Amino acid sequence: MINWANFVSQAFNGLVLGALLALISSGLTIIYGTLGVLNLAHGAMFMLGGYAGLVAYSYTESFIVAVAAGALFVMIAGILIERVIIRHFYSRPPEDQLLVTFGISIVMVEIVRFFFGSLSQTVPAPALFSGITSLGFMFYPTYRLALVAIIAVALLVLFFILYRTRIGMIVRAGIEDSEMVGSLGINVYRVFMLVFGIGAMAAGFAGIVNAPVGSLTPDMGETILVQTFVVVVIGGVGSFPGAIIGGLIAGEIISLTSMVNPGYAYVMLFAAMTAVLVLRPYGLLGTQGRE
Amino acid sequence: MTKSKSPFERPLSRRSILKGTVAAGAGFGALSLGDGKGLEFFRDAMAAEHPPIGTWPAGSTGKEVYVSIAVPRTGAYAVQGEDELKGWQLAIEHINSGHELLRKISPNTKKGILGKEVKAVVTDSGAKPNTAVQAHQRAISESKAVLLTGSTSSAVAVATNKLAQREHILYLAGISGSNDTTGKDCVRYGFRQNFYGETAANAIGPVLVKQFGKNKKMAFMTPDYTYGHTVTKSVNDYLTKNAGWTQVTNQVSPLGAPDFSSYLLNIANSGADVLINVNWGRDAVLSIQQANKFGILGKMKLAVPYQIPFLAPEVGGGLLAGVYAATDYWWTLEDKYPLAKAFNAEFVKKYGSRPEWGAENAYVSFAHWARMVEAAGTFYPPAVIKQYEKGETIPSLIGDVHYRPEDHQCVRPVVIVRGKAQKDMKNKEDFWEVIDVVPGAPLMQKPDAFGCKLGDYA
Repeated sequence: MINWANFVSQAFNGLVLGALLALISSGLTIIYGTLGVLNLAHGAMFMLGGYAGLVAYSYTESFIVAVAAGALFVMIAGILIERVIIRHFYSRPPEDQLLVTFGISIVMVEIVRFFFGSLSQTVPAPALFSGITSLGFMFYPTYRLALVAIIAVALLVLFFILYRTRIGMIVRAGIEDSEMVGSLGINVYRVFMLVFGIGAMAAGFAGIVNAPVGSLTPDMGETILVQTFVVVVIGGVGSFPGAIIGGLIAGEIISLTSMVNPGYAYVMLFAAMTAVLVLRPYGLLGTQGRE
Repeated sequence: MTKSKSPFERPLSRRSILKGTVAAGAGFGALSLGDGKGLEFFRDAMAAEHPPIGTWPAGSTGKEVYVSIAVPRTGAYAVQGEDELKGWQLAIEHINSGHELLRKISPNTKKGILGKEVKAVVTDSGAKPNTAVQAHQRAISESKAVLLTGSTSSAVAVATNKLAQREHILYLAGISGSNDTTGKDCVRYGFRQNFYGETAANAIGPVLVKQFGKNKKMAFMTPDYTYGHTVTKSVNDYLTKNAGWTQVTNQVSPLGAPDFSSYLLNIANSGADVLINVNWGRDAVLSIQQANKFGILGKMKLAVPYQIPFLAPEVGGGLLAGVYAATDYWWTLEDKYPLAKAFNAEFVKKYGSRPEWGAENAYVSFAHWARMVEAAGTFYPPAVIKQYEKGETIPSLIGDVHYRPEDHQCVRPVVIVRGKAQKDMKNKEDFWEVIDVVPGAPLMQKPDAFGCKLGDYA
């Protein structure tokens, strides 16, 4: 289905998909960059944000309250998980960290399944954005357009925290060399807790703002987790701008390949990741010093 | 499976004839005592006539027999799986109590099957073939299950077909729409009650042509496994050959896709007049909802060749008003068929809501199995299979049906329905209007057309 109208439509759709991937991946990448923990529960946190928002929505019928509840709930859950479990694993081998975060994700998915069942749930888009918008070359769901703006604002806030605040400076310094930051008298573990909370919040926020696009199911985090890992590898592990660029590239690869043959969308995504790993082993914006 | 060195496998010898004669004599002698134990003894003696096969006779020597039900309770097909499970559980309850409705389909049923209580081992397959096969294998080794059932995905049905043939245990497909289940992947030990791609296509094809006219452009949405590919092919073949329709795009997506936007943009730009959505379960719900959000349902007509239980309420918003679908059963058929009315009433009594076609297929296939085993007088699988293969006309909830001996497919009607507008609904479950009940036989391909080779009895 290759024609001009479809190319423009798919390129635009790739931007929307990419923005979502960028937001989720930014949380994953700052956690890994700062704490050195590869958080396999990140997809489950994305899911948890959606469900927390759903509960808030069912009580208030306010989408804004749902978004705030989804993001805050997952941030608090993230901080608790970091305090109770993750902090005991900082000095342990990476495989232990993988196993414990994988275990956490299974527990989260099954708890949600216990309370909500396996049936899909939906959160309606806010009335203001619920219709269809004609862009001339295509019709597009209004909420998906709004989603790009919502995510752009969220990414700007994250950028501001990371690049314009003292805590952000410490986080960035921690990504480069956490031992040095510790030796300067900064309580690195408190920073770690905050970073884990912020990273989790990004996933939770993405989960609830994405809810009106698709539907909520307990296992929805699995697919998205794989995609965010690819994004982080393409963009450069630990790099916030890398996650954004990686997300947009991944979104475009998926959409534009779908134009030719949807069956190859993920093949092309993994091929791109492989190419990046061969040509720039540390990702597009990653640097060799980071782990 | 390694071959056992059972003495029964030896050619007929003087000793085996003697043994059989003694066993039979003892059996008849015991029978003359006139109590139930005598009948059991006779059956045990019958067992001596055949070498053990699958879980026979071990699985049916006690007071209970187990059936293994592997059904999706999580994932994209979970809603439909739960409906099927309700159908099987109601059937088991009716078999064990000798319920009047079940006896209309299986008249020899008293309590249980051949006097044995039926119990179920239920597992969540997640609509994944590997998980389903492992679950059945556990039920075979731990509970000596005499029957396998389940599937809401033909990928599971095909995998279980192969397991059933290998293990020599009967398998009744749950929901399975692929032509392959009783086509190229058919097995001697597998049976299917419900309608499938080819019959759906041949039943709904004329309706679509009448409704939309000739020489239309059609776009397909197809899930990427045996069900999707065969249903799309059957519908496409009918409409291209009989009405000059052309396929402008076929968007193939994986089962459980979280987002259909890329596929829908291809369809929006394809210039199609009719969107034929073969997706199933939650994939169908999500793709139809998203098609609406991308403005597609305003530009092209939607058709659903293989109806999905609970599609209309899950999609919501009256999006299915005027949409045609082919299905196995719809509850309003109770106006025409007394057994359907009785089934609906029993279902509502137990579960508080009306059955969809997954439950109907589950109930009827178990009732048919009960009938076949009672008629065969034994759980010995080849005897039960041969009973099915007699092709006798037997009742279903919507009229008489029979199983084709050549491919083990039930010859049964296909129901054509049209989605009701919200204002026309008489109650909250009144989603579809039955347009036609099309007799099954003319809808079916020749038994060997899809390459069915059933395989051996043992």
